[in-house]
Amino acid sequence: MTTFTPPRFYNSRKRTNFIAMAACYGATLFGLTWLVLILMTLVVNGLPGISLALFTEMTPPPNAQGGGLANAIVGSLMLTVMGVGIGAPIGLLAGTYMAEYGRHSQLTSVIRFINDILLSAPSIIIGLFVYGAVVVPMGKFSGYAGALALAVIVIPVVVRTTEDMLLLVPNPLREAASALGLPRSFVIRRVAYRAARAGLLTGLLLAIARVSGETAPLLFTVLNNQFWNVDMATSVANLPVTINNFINNPDPNWKQLAWAGALLITFTVLSLNIIARVVGSARNEK
Amino acid sequence: MTTTHSDPSTSVSVSGQGRPETISVKNLRFYYGDTLALKTISLPLYTNEVTAFIGPSGCGKSTLLRVLNRMYDLYPGQRAEGEVIFEGRNILDKNEDLNLLRSRIGMVFQKPTPFPMTIYDNIAFGIRLYENLSKSELDERIETALMKAALWNEVKDKLNANGLSLSGGQQQRLCIARSVAIRPEVILFDEPCSALDPISTAKIEELIDELKSDYTIAIVTHNMQQAARVSEYTAFMYLGELVEFGQTAKMFTSPQDQRTQDYITGRFG
Repeated sequence: MTTFTPPRFYNSRKRTNFIAMAACYGATLFGLTWLVLILMTLVVNGLPGISLALFTEMTPPPNAQGGGLANAIVGSLMLTVMGVGIGAPIGLLAGTYMAEYGRHSQLTSVIRFINDILLSAPSIIIGLFVYGAVVVPMGKFSGYAGALALAVIVIPVVVRTTEDMLLLVPNPLREAASALGLPRSFVIRRVAYRAARAGLLTGLLLAIARVSGETAPLLFTVLNNQFWNVDMATSVANLPVTINNFINNPDPNWKQLAWAGALLITFTVLSLNIIARVVGSARNEK
Repeated sequence: MTTTHSDPSTSVSVSGQGRPETISVKNLRFYYGDTLALKTISLPLYTNEVTAFIGPSGCGKSTLLRVLNRMYDLYPGQRAEGEVIFEGRNILDKNEDLNLLRSRIGMVFQKPTPFPMTIYDNIAFGIRLYENLSKSELDERIETALMKAALWNEVKDKLNANGLSLSGGQQQRLCIARSVAIRPEVILFDEPCSALDPISTAKIEELIDELKSDYTIAIVTHNMQQAARVSEYTAFMYLGELVEFGQTAKMFTSPQDQRTQDYITGRFG
């Protein structure tokens, strides 16, 4: 019988392997700790404020009792829907141009570069831009300006995912559709979009998640409103700015509402992300 | 077309000259950017016959096939010179309506490419674009197409299942049905069996043999036995040149060119 001798570096490799593994686990644990702490703080502070009144009553005046966030919730919904409604189609069309019509063109590289800059632009800059471009000339804060600022944030997100997802559609599928005599627009709409459907939807959900918690672009554009208002031509209430105002106030009632609002936004965004994940993975199960 | 189908057993003429040609390729040169990929090719595709393109990888056989329905037009930097005559026109003309052309000259690809939709819609899709049929007419057309592609019996109970749920061989026959359904004149096969198992391959070959009574067929294949089995005419290509073109039986028994001889006896390729 021969005894097996491990290769020369075997033991040192084993040690390195162990250290690397430990570092990976450690880093994961470190990252997750903060996430759990944030969620815990939100739940502990926000949960007592969750009640039916939160969804049915208006934001209260300072130093009052009770009240809710109904106007802010509805305002945020309107802003998000309008912002995504403006931004998503533009992003989809631009992304389609880049992946389908302009795949080999110089213009596409330029757009992609600029889009990546826009993607990582601080949202407060976008708020300032819309403030200068819309709010100042119009002479007032308005829901439209806010929606526009959100749209500017949505566009690069949707452009990016649309292009990426369409590029994943295999070329033979396009060739096969063209080989049947389908015009280019048909090939894109009926075959490429369909093949990329799950990915496109994921991008849209991520864009919604991204803008639903944005505060900075709204500060300079819609401001906020203490009252019920669905007229987008004027200031409308919204969750992020309301939270921002309420949390910085000594009034304990406001503080409680701010925590509840923060919890609400966080769970909305979390749910959207989870839905996006589920939708995205459904694609691979065929 | 005014020509009638001719029984291949009677086609003993040596070169095939005088037979009706559905497509005539004349002095075709093809460029990928500045690279010349096809060096002045001329050959016919005889009506209701199967013509096989064989040759080692990179010889230009797929390129030639992709010229015939101008698939290369999807990509920038690719261009063709010369003439490809089909239905009396030079289809290389820049005014050629490519969508119309491709509805007359169908193509089946190496990897099955069902669209991400139901089996029914995979076929109905192309028809709806060109014809406004009633539901019953459309149903009938789809049934006929699936019959012709020898797939009807396997899918008739699940026409609403996703096309991607079929096996590879079935997917490929679905793609053939899809091409057949829009009633083309010519069907181009680009290595249609290279991703399939032997049983599916046999089915597709059988199918090609049946389809030639209605269509003119060109097939690119890496498999010389396949070329010998399914085709009446064979074109041997090498380094962008058409080395030899002739009746398959003759080509495989007494090739005229030394390079053809070397290739079909497996000395290179």
